[in-house]
Amino acid sequence: MDTIFALATAPGRAAIAVMRLSGPESRRMLEALAGRLPAPRRAALRRLSAPDGTVLDEALVLWLPGPASYTGEDSAELHLHGGAAVVAGVGEALAGSGARPAEPGEFTRRAVLNGRMDLTAAEGVIDLIEAETAAQARQALGLAGGGLTALCAAWAGRLTGLLARQEALIEFEDEGLPDALEDEVARAIGVLAAEMTARLTADEGGERVRAGLDVAILGAPNAGKSSLLNALVGREAAIVSARAGTTRDVVEARILLAGLPAVLADTAGLREAGDEIEAEGVRRALHRGAAADIVLAVLPCGATPDAATLALVARRDCILVASKADIGGPVPEGALAVSVRTGEGLPALREKLEEVASRLAPVSGAALLARPRHRAAVRDALRWLGEAMVASLPEMRADALREALQALGRLTGKVGAEAILDRVFAEFCIGK
Amino acid sequence: MGRMFDVVVVGGGHAGAEAAAAAARCGARTLLLTHRLDRLGEMSCNPAIGGVGKGHLVREVDALDGLMGRAADAAGIHFKLLNRSKGPAVRGPRAQADRALYRAAVQGLLRETPNLSIEEGVAEGLERGPDNGIAAVLTGEGERIGCGALVVTAGTFLRGEIHLGPERLPAGRHGDPASIGLALALAALDLPVRRLKTGTPPRLDGRTIDWAGIEAQPGDDPPEPLSWMTERIANPQVVCGITATAPGTHAIIRASLDRAPIYTGQIQGAGPRYCPSIEDKVVRFADRERHQIFLEPEGLPGTEDIPTVYPNGISTSLPRDVQEAVIASIPGLRRARILRHGYAIEYDHLDPRALRPSLEVRAVPRLFLAGQVNGTTGYEEAAAQGLLAGINAAHRAAGGTEARVLLRTEAYAGVLVDDLVTQGVTEPYRMLTARAEHRLRLRADNAGLRLTGRGLEWGCVGPERAARHRAFATAVTEALARARAETATPAALAAAGLPVNQDGIPRTLLEVMALPAAQGPALDQAFPWLRDLSPGVRTQLETEALYAPYLARQAAEFAALEREERLRIPEEVDFAAIAGLSTEMRQRLCAARPATLGAAGRVPGITPAALVALAGHLRRGASPARAGAA
Repeated sequence: MDTIFALATAPGRAAIAVMRLSGPESRRMLEALAGRLPAPRRAALRRLSAPDGTVLDEALVLWLPGPASYTGEDSAELHLHGGAAVVAGVGEALAGSGARPAEPGEFTRRAVLNGRMDLTAAEGVIDLIEAETAAQARQALGLAGGGLTALCAAWAGRLTGLLARQEALIEFEDEGLPDALEDEVARAIGVLAAEMTARLTADEGGERVRAGLDVAILGAPNAGKSSLLNALVGREAAIVSARAGTTRDVVEARILLAGLPAVLADTAGLREAGDEIEAEGVRRALHRGAAADIVLAVLPCGATPDAATLALVARRDCILVASKADIGGPVPEGALAVSVRTGEGLPALREKLEEVASRLAPVSGAALLARPRHRAAVRDALRWLGEAMVASLPEMRADALREALQALGRLTGKVGAEAILDRVFAEFCIGK
Repeated sequence: MGRMFDVVVVGGGHAGAEAAAAAARCGARTLLLTHRLDRLGEMSCNPAIGGVGKGHLVREVDALDGLMGRAADAAGIHFKLLNRSKGPAVRGPRAQADRALYRAAVQGLLRETPNLSIEEGVAEGLERGPDNGIAAVLTGEGERIGCGALVVTAGTFLRGEIHLGPERLPAGRHGDPASIGLALALAALDLPVRRLKTGTPPRLDGRTIDWAGIEAQPGDDPPEPLSWMTERIANPQVVCGITATAPGTHAIIRASLDRAPIYTGQIQGAGPRYCPSIEDKVVRFADRERHQIFLEPEGLPGTEDIPTVYPNGISTSLPRDVQEAVIASIPGLRRARILRHGYAIEYDHLDPRALRPSLEVRAVPRLFLAGQVNGTTGYEEAAAQGLLAGINAAHRAAGGTEARVLLRTEAYAGVLVDDLVTQGVTEPYRMLTARAEHRLRLRADNAGLRLTGRGLEWGCVGPERAARHRAFATAVTEALARARAETATPAALAAAGLPVNQDGIPRTLLEVMALPAAQGPALDQAFPWLRDLSPGVRTQLETEALYAPYLARQAAEFAALEREERLRIPEEVDFAAIAGLSTEMRQRLCAARPATLGAAGRVPGITPAALVALAGHLRRGASPARAGAA
């Protein structure tokens, strides 16, 4: 039995978003995400972090061991801060540890199968399930409009065709099928997989639109990173002090950049750490920088860029900020001089940030594969296409193609054996 | 009161023969009623048994100690393992049989079956008891034969009508009368009836074929038997031929389409897509320049007065003169004489959704239907149904109420019956491996391991097979357990000449066996006990190793499916009374009456919410509802 998760509250902006998790692996996954388990059925505040240590949210966590849970299985509830970035991040973390997004009605179905739901007064419950199903169906396809449906249906159609050819080769060996069929199928799988991968990559922008941009502020200690964060956010989010190494962990604040939600992360200064805690902070800072969509590399005017900062500047989507412009000193080449004290350069920095943000996440509506659920389904399909490409026997390849089709079927609806056979008989003259 | 049997089987085709033998093996006093004793076990169409999917069914029938595999081995004159170049899961054993030898083999096996009486006679009427169920069969001679359960295997005999060009004549198989009385009796039961169509090619005089000008196709040497119980194939083997239609053939057919019953509207029933007539192929695949024809001898040389050849690939209902012109246009057949013209046959079948998974008619207790009458095609599909109907009829006659079913997850026969009773048919149903979700598990090579144990529970497996099976199953289980338990480090494996990634992770023997590079003598040297395994056990081990990684990845899905398959929907469930089901869902469920939650999920159009409501209802039925549990 898989461990499944889903958002229990309506998708979209809200103060709180409740994520549910259910299945045999719930305990392990919750521990990985939130650390120590709270007492059963008691809410506790936990810091949720991704497997790589990135902090995802501070959330109320409930551990609901089976059988006395909604589904009858080991379960958990995560009361997250509302907002697409957090929800998407937690979803990705759960998916990364092996859970999968729930199918419509799946929580309730499990509850019923495990004898947890009394349906004597069932009509109301069923209405709820219809609503849940409809909401998930809307979530799966409706919101994205016809584009995603058409895209996935086209993929599923091509995949059905490939599977039909593969099946024809298995069922009708001596029917005089074209000799090149086997190679054609193998080639076409590769083409389809490449297209799907390209689309996933291209639509990362779409995911950014939904999940929010990640902006990391990095630089040497006492370069003024926390002050910059506060200035950009317009409030005191990070503790600022003249002492180097004050920010030992990652501090986050949310802003809008060109209408896009963004998470601004202030990090520990990059230097040889004085103690273990600071070393951990540096490690996290580098990690955050590597994963960020945009990096603000901060260097005080007049300072000589250190190796770590130079390395940052080398990557794309890095904006080099020469801080403390009010103090004076030469501005490094290509850097934007900013003073948080006088406000000098701040509008220009903001403009530059918005420009990069718009480039990274075009709000054209062309991005179709934006939701984690869609991306998970397509990634799953791609994984099986990969299996199909390396399968050593035709029946294994057919099985892998069938699994890939089922994965896409989570977005397009199930494709049964009959539909595949229809294609076989439409395409090939079978029958001796 | 007349005679009384536990089970009466009407019809002596492949379904009837298996049903009668299975019921009798289960201990039921059984009567097989057939209108011609000498035609018991007749192969009415193609003289071949098995193939991809079909061969799987034959092995499953055999695993339950049925007749078909043994009869085919006794009569086989050309054996071929299809898909030999592919993996074991999709390899399908196939045999062409000598028609007369096959009949003799089936008749011999039936005669030596204890508890079984075989009589010539026609069922003309059905008598129903106080519960509306079957009580007796009334024969053409006016005899009333009481029965605890009745299996009807009417084939294409119900309102069968032959089309040969403009000619139309009522009939069952060639030369057999349509069963009028039985048809009327079944019609009186008011079961849902639909019309289907199938066809057969002209038969040729083998002496008039130019064999020298035709590509020869020999069988496998050594032949692979269809039955697990067969030690060796005794018959001499024949060679088949392959030819093909020529452009001239297609021109002749195109010029005659205005006289083709499938295009003039004379034939209404849906034909099988995988077995189209030659006129259908020429029209639908107009760009193909040739269509293959396999020339299959129907008997051993010298055993028939006239050697008959079955030209596989040119089923047709074109008029006689067109058939003659078509044959004369084909390379190697220019002088070939037609012994009997091809024809199409339209017939009634009963909508199998009216059946329980036991193949018992839901509305008529103790009446079982099996074979072509349920909308299937093929000997193998008929045999599998006959076998299961016979087992269930015997069980029912003995007072049993639980259906004896095979799940989709354990047998092609289970896939077959489940497809029939939950989906119904839109064309004559043929088994294909693509229909089985768990194809890598359901192999022809492990049919016995999958099913013979079940057959022993049901009492349909004789002592000889039981003993062989137990020994084999134990050996395989032990070997598998050992191969899963025994491990070696990559370094040790490399030292033994078995190259694997040097990642330091120990491999089980089963994992090692799955590696293409780790085969051959080095494997036996590293694991000497493998040498002591019998070839059959060794093959099972290798096949399990081959598919293990795939099967592991599908394990969760498999378990979930199996769980839902085992959640039974009781016969008496009133779908209309289930709270929370929409009217549409009620109607769909009432029409299909799925037997399990898994089957309900396969009913077209059923929503997840409906499944939840249904599951809730089943749960509540199984144990008293716990108030406030949610």
